[in-house]
Amino acid sequence: MLYREAGDFKTTYKEDNQTFPIKFDRYRYYFVLIVAFLIIPFWINDYWVNAIFLPFLIYSIAAIGLNILVGYCGQVSLGTGGFMAVGAYAVYKLMTAFPDVSIMIHVVLAGAITACVGVLFGLPSLRIKGFYLAVATLAAQFFLVWIFNRVPWFYNYSASGQINAPERTFFGVPVTGANADSWATYLFCLIILTVCGIVARNLTRGSIGRKWMAIRDMDIAAEIIGVNPLSAKLSAFAVSSFFIGISGALFFGVYLGAVEVGEAFGINKSFLVLFMIIIGGLGSIFGSFAGAAFLVLLPVLLKNLFVAGLGWQPDLATHLEFMIVGGLIILFLVVEPHGIAQLWRLAKEKLRLWPFPY
Amino acid sequence: MPEQVIFGMEVFLNGLMAGVLYALVALGFVLIYKASGIFNYAQGVMALFSAMTLVGMMNGQVPFSHLINAVFGTDIHHFGWHLPALIGILLTMAIMVLLAWLVQKIIFKHLVNQEPIILFMATIGLAYFMEGFGDLMWGGEIKKLDVGIPQGINLWIDEATYNIFDYGFFIDNLDIFATIVAAILVLALVAFSQYTKQGRAMRAVADDHQAALSVGVSLNFIWVMVWSLAGFVALVAGIMWGTKSGVQFSLSLIALKALPVLMLGGFTSIPGAIVGGLIIGVGEKMFEFLVGPLIGGATENWFAYVLALLFLVFRPQGLFGEKIIERV
Repeated sequence: MLYREAGDFKTTYKEDNQTFPIKFDRYRYYFVLIVAFLIIPFWINDYWVNAIFLPFLIYSIAAIGLNILVGYCGQVSLGTGGFMAVGAYAVYKLMTAFPDVSIMIHVVLAGAITACVGVLFGLPSLRIKGFYLAVATLAAQFFLVWIFNRVPWFYNYSASGQINAPERTFFGVPVTGANADSWATYLFCLIILTVCGIVARNLTRGSIGRKWMAIRDMDIAAEIIGVNPLSAKLSAFAVSSFFIGISGALFFGVYLGAVEVGEAFGINKSFLVLFMIIIGGLGSIFGSFAGAAFLVLLPVLLKNLFVAGLGWQPDLATHLEFMIVGGLIILFLVVEPHGIAQLWRLAKEKLRLWPFPY
Repeated sequence: MPEQVIFGMEVFLNGLMAGVLYALVALGFVLIYKASGIFNYAQGVMALFSAMTLVGMMNGQVPFSHLINAVFGTDIHHFGWHLPALIGILLTMAIMVLLAWLVQKIIFKHLVNQEPIILFMATIGLAYFMEGFGDLMWGGEIKKLDVGIPQGINLWIDEATYNIFDYGFFIDNLDIFATIVAAILVLALVAFSQYTKQGRAMRAVADDHQAALSVGVSLNFIWVMVWSLAGFVALVAGIMWGTKSGVQFSLSLIALKALPVLMLGGFTSIPGAIVGGLIIGVGEKMFEFLVGPLIGGATENWFAYVLALLFLVFRPQGLFGEKIIERV
């Protein structure tokens, strides 16, 4: 009834090209923004922020980044953990070297540094394709983690080899370190996520996004119609690594506060983010959010159900979680290769005709 | 002879032995990839799972005992018997065949004609599932596996080299045993694929699915067979690695080590898997020995990948792989 194009007249090209052409979608989007920015910060406490909201926001950024590379440009990468580590260590070095600069600038710079590293490891993609490339990105994963473990300069020669986030402020409000309030960390990540989401959405529907998709669908054909594979692939690597670097910086600085690189940014992190975009939907910004939310919520739910509810041992619940995640991946690939985003799309198609389907 | 050179020779030999073990895992990948075009990430987890099953059965452990205890509040652990190794291996093999059948029936039957990368991701999902399943079935703790393979330093080599160089080489009996087993396995696999009816059918499927179908080869049967074979190779690899370092989670990570081996050797070549394994094994041991101390050690974690990466830039199909021809 409400979900209709009818009666929503577009009189300018700008209106015609907007992200949410349907009025209901537009209002829903504003509504979500209002709830996220104006209601949730007054209401959340430490538990909600640390268990659900921060991981969700941060993984969403990483998932958007990886989705640009895998879902839009078709270059499978298993090096997400390594690139997140680059972001984390970059922001750490910047925070400790320039304590007076706003943390926001550091985070963006960390993203830029990660983008450079991403381009470097993306260079082989010009020669190798498919899962040869996936394995090649494993080199990035292991090499980067190793180098952060072994070169003391990266962790400022601290005795433990860990990096700890000092207190830094954003407009006078501390967002990293022990004194940061939960609402402040939440809002800080939310602002970055919102900007990232808007940027990613507009990149992917603009000319550069079309180039990526052309490369994904068939790179030789794309080359023939005039897409430069060098610039398209490397820009995908750069943009993707930029987002992933930002998420790594936030993951370390805002969420964990102290990081041991092998543990926080190991190969499992790469797979986790990859699973998020498979379950959420390859080649969809909404899918990145949905997948991140799903895989952040699932362990929390399972833990509450089995450990708190039924009194099982935590390791049993972990094993079961592995099984469920693996099973879901397979289920989604078999039943709905485009993930939750496709289900959402189908639901919208149905809604458009409801209640008179014919 | 200077000491450094003698040490280097010892490291070289040990690298060869380690390479054989990598090659053993890589072999399983090549089998499945050749016959079905699936890049089976779950190969390492299959090795882990088979080793766990073997240990569990030999000790007479009750499957899912932790889960049963948690749900029903009972306290059961063991049936109270101990199986001899041979029967345990046979039973495990039966389970791997069953697994192969299930994998084909439930997953890959529905994914025929999908893009390779989708299949690859499905095997990642399978790997996660089996990891959880194995832990749930047999418990997640580190287990000791002993099927009667000789272990420890080989005294004969120790003595012989001592007489020549004044320095006894340390070569593990297990590694020598693994090398022999791997050699037999490769010969058997080559003979199987060249001289038996099923082996020929397998190669036909690998060559062209549709042509094979049209001359009456059952794709389903071949795929189940190939997955069973891969399960068998996984079992052998699982036994070797499990005896060497205990049955534990890190066993599944050797699958990751097998990836650069494959890239180096080429995905489609059985000799490639062996040669690639040896190059990686020797390369990473020698690199760690020569360069490692200068740059902080533990280079084994990444050396193989970086080597493969650099190599691929110059020869994208690997040493023995078929040339990649792209048609539009």
